[in-house]
Amino acid sequence: MPQMNMFEVAMVGILVTMLIALIAAVRGPTVFDRLLAINMFGTKTVLLIAVSGFLTGRPEWLDLALVYALVNFIGTIAVLKFVRFGNLGRDDEESKL
Amino acid sequence: MSALVDLAAWIALVSGSVFCVIGAVGLLRMPEFWSRTHAAGVTDTMGAGLILLGLMFKAGLGLVLVKLLMILFFLYLTSPTAGHALFRAAHAYGIPFGDSVLARSKVKGGVDGSD
Repeated sequence: MPQMNMFEVAMVGILVTMLIALIAAVRGPTVFDRLLAINMFGTKTVLLIAVSGFLTGRPEWLDLALVYALVNFIGTIAVLKFVRFGNLGRDDEESKL
Repeated sequence: MSALVDLAAWIALVSGSVFCVIGAVGLLRMPEFWSRTHAAGVTDTMGAGLILLGLMFKAGLGLVLVKLLMILFFLYLTSPTAGHALFRAAHAYGIPFGDSVLARSKVKGGVDGSD
């Protein structure tokens, strides 16, 4: 039996989680279920990039993970605002959030 | 000492992965929206936290550790904020509390009706 690296084990777990999150996002009955699953998918993307950086011996990839963590947050808020108001903000109406 | 750090990294990474998979299964299997949010919260706190902790054990002291701490800080700052906005929008939209939750608060002896 081949010896598995600890990063490979973590990567398998994260990939399985991402796959299930995608299934949940496709299946979710309301748009909020889909957003919940996609938000979780984005968080797991951050972890995947971080672990893959360690797996290939290049921890510099952590910068990409840091950027993804922030972009994921902004993306969720933007989609939420779009769902709630039907647009991403106009000049003629004040934001109610 | 190095073997001890390796063991700690193994434990943190494997348990973090297990928490991630458990949360994902909960996201797929929970009966209604508000309980699914609970399952998603498990992966965001325990899963991400333990996996990043395991990476910190392997990183050692240095710039990589600082970057990992920054990722953990931003994840713990943004994930509850995004979750709060999502749940508030869902509540304002009028996602109902499911029958299972309401029934569970009324059943006297427990969920499985054993009493």
